[in-house]
Amino acid sequence: MNFTYTEEQLMFAETARTLLTDTCTPAHLREMMARGEARDDTRWNAIVETGLTLVLLPEAAGGLDLAEVDFAPIAEAAGYAGLPEPLVESAGVAAPLLAAIAPDHDVLTDPSATIAIQHPLNPFVADADTATVLILRHENETHVVAASAVSLTREESIDPFRRLFRVDWSPTAETRVEADQAGWDLALDRAALFAAAQGLGLAQRAIDLAVDYAKERTQFGKPIGSYQAVKHHLASAQVAVEFARPVVQAAAAAIGRQDDHARARVSHAKLVALEAADQAGRSSIQVHGAMGYSWEVDVHFFLKRAMALTYAWGDPAFHRARVAERLFRHPAGPDQLFAHEAA
Amino acid sequence: MDLAYTPEQDAFRAEVRAWLEAHVPATPLEHFDATREGFEAHRDWERTLKSGDWGMVTWPREYGGRGLDLIQWLIFEEEYYRAGAPGRVNQNGIFLLGPTLIEFGTPEQKGRFLPAMASGEEIWAQAWSEPQAGSDLAGVRATAVREGDEYVLNGHKIWSSRAVFADWAFGLFREPGTERHKGLSLIFFPLDAPGVTVNAIQKINGHAGFAEIFLEDVRVPAFNRLGDEGQGWHICMATAGFERGLMLRSPARYQVAAAKLAALYKQHENSVDPAIRNDVVRAFMNAEAYALSIYSTASKLMAGAKIGPEASTNKIFWSELDIHLHQTALAILGPRAELLPTAPDAGDVGDWLDDYIFALAGPIYAGSNEIQRNIIAERMLGLPR
Repeated sequence: MNFTYTEEQLMFAETARTLLTDTCTPAHLREMMARGEARDDTRWNAIVETGLTLVLLPEAAGGLDLAEVDFAPIAEAAGYAGLPEPLVESAGVAAPLLAAIAPDHDVLTDPSATIAIQHPLNPFVADADTATVLILRHENETHVVAASAVSLTREESIDPFRRLFRVDWSPTAETRVEADQAGWDLALDRAALFAAAQGLGLAQRAIDLAVDYAKERTQFGKPIGSYQAVKHHLASAQVAVEFARPVVQAAAAAIGRQDDHARARVSHAKLVALEAADQAGRSSIQVHGAMGYSWEVDVHFFLKRAMALTYAWGDPAFHRARVAERLFRHPAGPDQLFAHEAA
Repeated sequence: MDLAYTPEQDAFRAEVRAWLEAHVPATPLEHFDATREGFEAHRDWERTLKSGDWGMVTWPREYGGRGLDLIQWLIFEEEYYRAGAPGRVNQNGIFLLGPTLIEFGTPEQKGRFLPAMASGEEIWAQAWSEPQAGSDLAGVRATAVREGDEYVLNGHKIWSSRAVFADWAFGLFREPGTERHKGLSLIFFPLDAPGVTVNAIQKINGHAGFAEIFLEDVRVPAFNRLGDEGQGWHICMATAGFERGLMLRSPARYQVAAAKLAALYKQHENSVDPAIRNDVVRAFMNAEAYALSIYSTASKLMAGAKIGPEASTNKIFWSELDIHLHQTALAILGPRAELLPTAPDAGDVGDWLDDYIFALAGPIYAGSNEIQRNIIAERMLGLPR
């Protein structure tokens, strides 16, 4: 029993965090928005060169063959930065699924290429316009389709950096790939887990922005951060983050088991981390006052991302039902915290 | 990161489970705050625990402990709550003062006080608050005047848990003329010393769970001061850290309650508001989140880290989850929720109501949740005072 990261893991996470926060500041985000661009090539190249797109790929595909506990901090950093590029869904979900179902696919040899993924729980496909290939579903079949073979219709999201598309395409025998349910189940769990990890980052960013503002802004002759009403909003949000983080970490450690216990923990993580992000985002807006409701202050970027991720990859009702499944079908109690089904 | 128990840890769990199965009283003891008999029955239980070498498993052997690590402590606590073993009447001693003594005490003080604490021979009460010093603890007015090798204590302490029946108490005393955080010392005094008057105060449930203590020229040896003279505030904050941190509320307590809540819900599923199901799931998630957080903290402490202001987040989380969990149980029981277990038609109401009333104290004691939120805002987030 050891609930800590190794020095090496902590260093890798720190590298990712530094890279993303340095290259993806709110000023960068606003420049991109002004240019109407989907991707910042300089930043994406740095992400690729650091190996962040290779974390979950097997060595056979040129990957680092690391685990979800290693990718979760990267997803958290992506949330903290409000990263627009599809690092999390492509490298954390789609690429490892493709490596499992089509290990010889060409796209896996290009670490800078991105892969978009459709799932029955999501009505639209994120970042389909910048993807080289798309993993799509037709009834129960899995298809891997080149970007050139699909037609995309943009579905505008409240999150200015979220690029959602309706995908129209025709399944053929050539695009069809054999994929078992277990592969898709793992993909869903990874997507939910990494959405949760992003939620931690989004929550902390919203709190940090509010703390900075509350130290500077004065009313009644004092910084507003000295008033307890303001302090308590942010302290409560921080409590939510502190008790979501170990759940996300434990879910990352358990995800490979793919049993009711692991699924419930992933769902628990997604629920509470995105609730924390919502609470932190709304508290941050409240602390910023009228400024918080303006386009000019950056908090809304993080609040909107949290909103989108709350309903993507299984909404709260879906994930609550999975926790209920574990609670009511298996023994509960203090000796069951790390329970799992026999392998 | 490896979230699996080792074979040694599994074997330790089995050992604890077997011992508890053989020794936990078949019928629950009367509450230790209810009567002297209930209190003494719990002292006897502490002796029984010590006879199995389970007094305070994390303490060093030389001071009456077993020298185990924090993961073993968590496993012990899990089995303890799972077995429905009696509440720890000496929790002020073993969980609060004990760890502080281990950190700040002299070898002589440790030898004098710790083994008797671990065996239940001496049961401890805390004497933090005074009528004018609650959340603002630095406002204490009780005084300690040094006379040779003794202190002469005077003052008025209040809300002292366990003080009605306990043997010893610890509290902050001020050198006359000093102010606020300066000039305070943490001093122990026997509750039967000449000059000590203890008046019971009934809790919301009618139990004499706390007391006010009047000290009039109470003489104690200077040996009873923990740490240096005037260092009391610093030591007191360390004690509060233990209280808010790892030791005060075992996650196992809530995990057992959440499992019972799920069983209660299943029994009444067809007759209750379906929306209650979400609250049952929530209570389970909260209990698990708290447990995972404590495992994470225990691992970090074992790797050499210290508990900082984040301990304040624990106290807020467990106190709020406790209330929510028990409110959910009462919602399932519906119109029978108000019945005391002695009511002729109480049926399966059990301890839910009693435990709910107990949970209401959570946001108040060990530093109110408002104070904890101030600590989080100022020391974790860096907001101005």
